[in-house]
Amino acid sequence: MKMFADYDQIMERISLQNLWDFPGGVHPTQKKSLSNQTDIQRIDLPSVVHIPVKQHIGVNGELIVKEGDTVKKGQPLTTSENSFAVPVHASTSGTVVAISDHVAAHPSGLSELTVTIECDGKDSEYEYTPMSDYAQRSKGEIIQAICAAGISGMGGAGFPTHLKANNVKPIEFLIINGIECEPYITSDDRLMREHAWQIRQGIDILCHLLQPKQVLIAIEDNKPEAFETMSIACQQEDNYHVVKVPTKYPAGGEKQLIQVLTSREVPSDGLPVDIGCLMYNVGTCYAIADAVIEGKPLIERVVTITGEAVDAPQNVWARIGTPIKHLLAQAQYHSEKQSYPRIIMGGPMMGFTLSSVQIPVVKITNCILVPAAKELPLVEDERACIRCSACADACPASLLPQQMFWHSKAKEYEKAQEYNLFDCIECGACAYVCPSEIPLVHYYRKAKADIRQQQLEKEKSEKARVRFEARKDRLQREKEAREEKHRLAAEARKQSLNKDGGAAKDKIAAALARAKAKKAKQQAQLKDKPSSDE
Amino acid sequence: MSKLSVGSSPHHHNQRDTGAVMRLVMYACIPGILMQTWFFGVGVLIQIALCMVTAVVTEALIVELRKKNTERVIKDSSAALAGLLLGISIPPLAPWWIAVIGSFFAIALVKQVYGGLGFNMFNPAMAAYIMLLISFPVQMTAWLPPVSLTEQSFTFIDALNTVFTGFTTDGYSIEQLRVGYDGLSMATPLDHLKTQLIEGYTVGEALSSPIMSGNWGLGWTPVALAYLAGGLLLLKLRVINWHIPVSMIGAAMATSFVLFAADSSVYGSPAFHLINGSLIVGAFFIATDPVSAATTNRGRLIFGAAIGFWIIVIRTWGNYPDAVAFAVVLMNMAVPLIDYYTRPRTYGHKAKTSSIHNNEEP
Ligand code: SF4
Ligand code: SF4
Repeated sequence: MKMFADYDQIMERISLQNLWDFPGGVHPTQKKSLSNQTDIQRIDLPSVVHIPVKQHIGVNGELIVKEGDTVKKGQPLTTSENSFAVPVHASTSGTVVAISDHVAAHPSGLSELTVTIECDGKDSEYEYTPMSDYAQRSKGEIIQAICAAGISGMGGAGFPTHLKANNVKPIEFLIINGIECEPYITSDDRLMREHAWQIRQGIDILCHLLQPKQVLIAIEDNKPEAFETMSIACQQEDNYHVVKVPTKYPAGGEKQLIQVLTSREVPSDGLPVDIGCLMYNVGTCYAIADAVIEGKPLIERVVTITGEAVDAPQNVWARIGTPIKHLLAQAQYHSEKQSYPRIIMGGPMMGFTLSSVQIPVVKITNCILVPAAKELPLVEDERACIRCSACADACPASLLPQQMFWHSKAKEYEKAQEYNLFDCIECGACAYVCPSEIPLVHYYRKAKADIRQQQLEKEKSEKARVRFEARKDRLQREKEAREEKHRLAAEARKQSLNKDGGAAKDKIAAALARAKAKKAKQQAQLKDKPSSDE
Repeated sequence: MSKLSVGSSPHHHNQRDTGAVMRLVMYACIPGILMQTWFFGVGVLIQIALCMVTAVVTEALIVELRKKNTERVIKDSSAALAGLLLGISIPPLAPWWIAVIGSFFAIALVKQVYGGLGFNMFNPAMAAYIMLLISFPVQMTAWLPPVSLTEQSFTFIDALNTVFTGFTTDGYSIEQLRVGYDGLSMATPLDHLKTQLIEGYTVGEALSSPIMSGNWGLGWTPVALAYLAGGLLLLKLRVINWHIPVSMIGAAMATSFVLFAADSSVYGSPAFHLINGSLIVGAFFIATDPVSAATTNRGRLIFGAAIGFWIIVIRTWGNYPDAVAFAVVLMNMAVPLIDYYTRPRTYGHKAKTSSIHNNEEP
């Protein structure tokens, strides 16, 4: 069965390793060798972990622990009936010492509800229910297991994995994203080099669930070792293809990778499944294998700690909830190497700066980057845009960043949307190349936030207006109904008068006649006894 | 721990800022300028220096008046570049006030009145050049013949004197200098072709004069080639895109080819147009000025091609021999329109229906 006409062509190009390209893109210095030289390290447990209750796109689960409870490693802390809620788990054993707001791993630096566990150091494990015979189990059971393990997309978006796996549309290409195109970050690289087999098991599970026609495992050509190990791990399966993708930022963006592999474009208002594709990050595959085969929840992940302000850049297995401070100590951070202390969570292109070292590692944390003073210099004030269009040449979405910038800055949001502001993936390629060092992405984020806010307000006022109008309508209707009733009653009276008008007149006449007759009779009677009072 | 600094992504930046871009363009002019100086004398350098100094001083004064950060604005080097581009367009021995008035006009009126770098609609150097050409046609067309063809040899001091007083140290005026050894006043090859054609000569006859060696205008050809080298370097360094130079030169060649094929006795050949006048400088250094050029790739192709077309049309039928400035300024006006109608297709919009449709077969 062929779903899309270009399927054969795609397969041919994949087999020839002759892929497509996406427009624009940039080649920032990689700096990956800083951190990818050593194995992923096991590190000492922190003394506390801060586990935010919500770490994914969706809604909170409900807390099922309270302060003072002792918890084991892997024990769920939340649960929910809502399918958009992903549970979180204790990442080590200890005592719940606080359930309160804690500064969150989010660009805004706001606080959110967090379970703080004081670790007892024993790391004693909760009991898991493995499912080694998953091939015999129903789809529902497996998806339930993935959900219960608390897995949400680990590439950055944090979309609940079980929802994505519960897809009913036919899939041509299951794409496994091992691109890791951001400079500095090497967590997926190390994971693929060291745990290719387990990633492969995760892919097997996804294949069982989704029944894709082909599996494309995409790895950037700057990771030859990972390419090698993944190729070996996948060699027995005919429909697993490990594909080398030319290094270019942002090749790992979901839309860009689909374009490179298939030349298809995700419709602006659609999803990858609409074009027969579904994408998972390699880290997610690893976690899925843990969740299904071992029954182990997602309580740790690989984090790259890198940058020239740390003496020992490396990848570590970090428990979810580990304060960043603990990781920095592990990598021997020297704050004096930074003229202004700056810690970035994520990569240099899309990561965000942290406002506190107490911020915990969360499920999407792939990197902690601490650049030295001259490494990633802070930008001075922006200069005037010289309309050079270097930004447009770099944009992978073929947007016109310059025009979007003019309109966003001038708060002409309608015009900014005309230039498809909402198709911007905030990859930062435009701002990276801008010779005037304009923080373009910052302007877009602000514009998007403002527009969303306006829309909310519009919806709100729209709702209020609708309510007001409804009430007005109702009153009007009631008034009209009342008037109508009166009118009808009057009409009915009038009509009944007109309809049997003659009879009524007769009646009146008869009544008059009767009265007359009565009077006449009375007078006659009077005449009959004339002498009585005369 | 001291307070952490926060900022918006990306945290990584290409190290090439606006100033670096502008300076690269200036460096790429160096081979052309050297060649021009070799053939036309040190006056070239004097004009460039005059223009650059005036442009930078004007910019600094205006920015100071507007209470902006003067140092930052000057460091973007855009005024210096505008000065340089005007400087190479002015005849080497033109009086000093030509350069000063032109540069002041370019910066104060063409650039700053519109709001400074990035806001000007017209290319400052070219707008100023046109203003000068219209206001001072005599001085602006007084190109000397290449040094090797003049009777008098003159020195740096001669050049300085001529620029500032109008006479060399030996008392020759610029008009005397322009007279070649055959006693004829010499002009640029384009001027020459134009006047000769007006006087009824054919192209072939016009090209046999001593300032021409066949198609190859003496002096002008090596200068053009030197600028070409600089332009290719800019392409290589990705300071400019290929679209404008390629479409501009291509359209100029195509237009002149059509005319030449129609009647080679009255129209210059494509090769003549290519290596004479400022087509090449214009294509690589002037039309590519980011601020005033089209900004989309398709737009750049249209913008460049239209300039190339107009150059040949104006050279052939217009009143002025060279036309790069006119053509560029003309097309500057069309940029907003071109940009608007050449917006690229955004990812995921109007998806290609041919490849994305369901196949009905089982
Ligand atoms: S790269 Fe910067 S200066 Fe150039 S057009 Fe884009 S926003 Fe303007
Ligand atoms: S951040 Fe947006 S506008 Fe800039 S390059 Fe990326 S997608 Fe294009």
